[in-house]
Amino acid sequence: MRTLNQFFSKIREINQRYAHPTVVMSRGVKFSLAVLRIYLFLLVVLMIYKFITVIKVV
Amino acid sequence: MDFFSVLYFRFKKVWKAVRLYLVIAGPGLVVMIADNDAGGITTYAATGAKYGYHLIWFLLLLIPIAYYVQEMTVRLGAVTKRGHAEAIFESFGAFWGWFSLIDLMIVDWLTLVTEFVGMTSALAIFGVPAWITVICVILLMGMVVLNGRYWTWEKIALGFCLLNLIYIPAAFMVNPSVADIVGKGLIPNLPGGLTNELFFLLMANIGTTIAPWMLFFQQSSVVDKGLLEKDIKMGKVDTFIGSVITVTVAVFVVIVTGTLLHGVPIDDAATAAKLLMQSNHYIGAFMAIGLFNAGLLGAICISLASSWAFGEIFGWAHSLNTKVKEAPWFYISFFITLVTAGIVPLIPGAPLVLITLFVQVVAVTLLPAALVFLILLLNDKKTMGEYANTPLQNIVSTTIVGGIIILSTMYGVSALFPNIFQ
Repeated sequence: MRTLNQFFSKIREINQRYAHPTVVMSRGVKFSLAVLRIYLFLLVVLMIYKFITVIKVV
Repeated sequence: MDFFSVLYFRFKKVWKAVRLYLVIAGPGLVVMIADNDAGGITTYAATGAKYGYHLIWFLLLLIPIAYYVQEMTVRLGAVTKRGHAEAIFESFGAFWGWFSLIDLMIVDWLTLVTEFVGMTSALAIFGVPAWITVICVILLMGMVVLNGRYWTWEKIALGFCLLNLIYIPAAFMVNPSVADIVGKGLIPNLPGGLTNELFFLLMANIGTTIAPWMLFFQQSSVVDKGLLEKDIKMGKVDTFIGSVITVTVAVFVVIVTGTLLHGVPIDDAATAAKLLMQSNHYIGAFMAIGLFNAGLLGAICISLASSWAFGEIFGWAHSLNTKVKEAPWFYISFFITLVTAGIVPLIPGAPLVLITLFVQVVAVTLLPAALVFLILLLNDKKTMGEYANTPLQNIVSTTIVGGIIILSTMYGVSALFPNIFQ
């Protein structure tokens, strides 16, 4: 239990340490990150779809 | 000055540059040659068996592609003194950081399983049981890593890299027709037109040449070795030589299988080695030894890529220059990754085909993100200063990265839905 608490406090510490991105958020950077989010979202949707169709067949 | 004095001074200058290179050499060579891992050798063997020499020109195109992507990690590592995972966390925040770290962990572990599958199937050809191979590999890698010095580890890894060249004598032994190689292989052509099968194989060759773990590994390796801004030039030379060697080895694998197994369907490199043994025992043995070595080299680098990344983020000591007592979590994470991946091929009925499929699909989620972050980080003038990407470098790297993202996405999607591009 203590180890688990230590682990989660470490995660919180990491999240706090990297809470603010240091890269200059120019239009290009914002656009790239937005496209990346959409790309990954679509990919995850595809994977979930594949997973569901495989489960249905099984 | 007379002629001999000029010659002497020129020789001294060149010799000085060579000695400097030998000091800096390592990260680029190791990462590039380790790129020819078990999965890579299988892809090249299948390429040669299916299309003979016809796709050698395509493999040669991968030299600048691999170089341009990897040299960016050299600059980033030498300037920021941070690994790729830490650079992503710091520059883009915790969300993208965790995404990259967890994705890297999954991709690395799955790829490591495929390396063990390659190694066990290679030594099975010589009658070595899989469990003995796994135990010996883990012990060997333990000895290589636990010596407490980055330099020693690197020199041992470079020794394994030398063994990767075993395909070169094997190719000479099959007596290929040089005229055929030049005529069919060096002139760009698409044998049988751009069919679904050919497209899948081209994408597989790109996928095996640019892998996500390579970005994380080389940057961390540059940091662990302690390369500085002044070493960037030689680091780039190192990366270029590595990319030439990796493609050269790939071409020689294609020549071996293209000469002896052309037209024979090949699913994995171990099958190719068995079939080659039937025509020439030594060539088959070379193929099997090369496959084992490729898996071993891949495993050494991939398991380290994960441990370095974890160490950077969790704040653990994470250098090969530290002893076990000084960096226990670094070594524990290294061995946990290694042992759990090594056990999988020993499980009867383990879903190895599914794991191979997963490697392709999960890698597609990480590779585009890691490449986009790489370009954005290289454009951060505040951090990179004079080593930031120039406009020309941006055009080249953006074109290459855009192409890789499109093709690797199609590769991943076609792995999920095999009939989608028919």
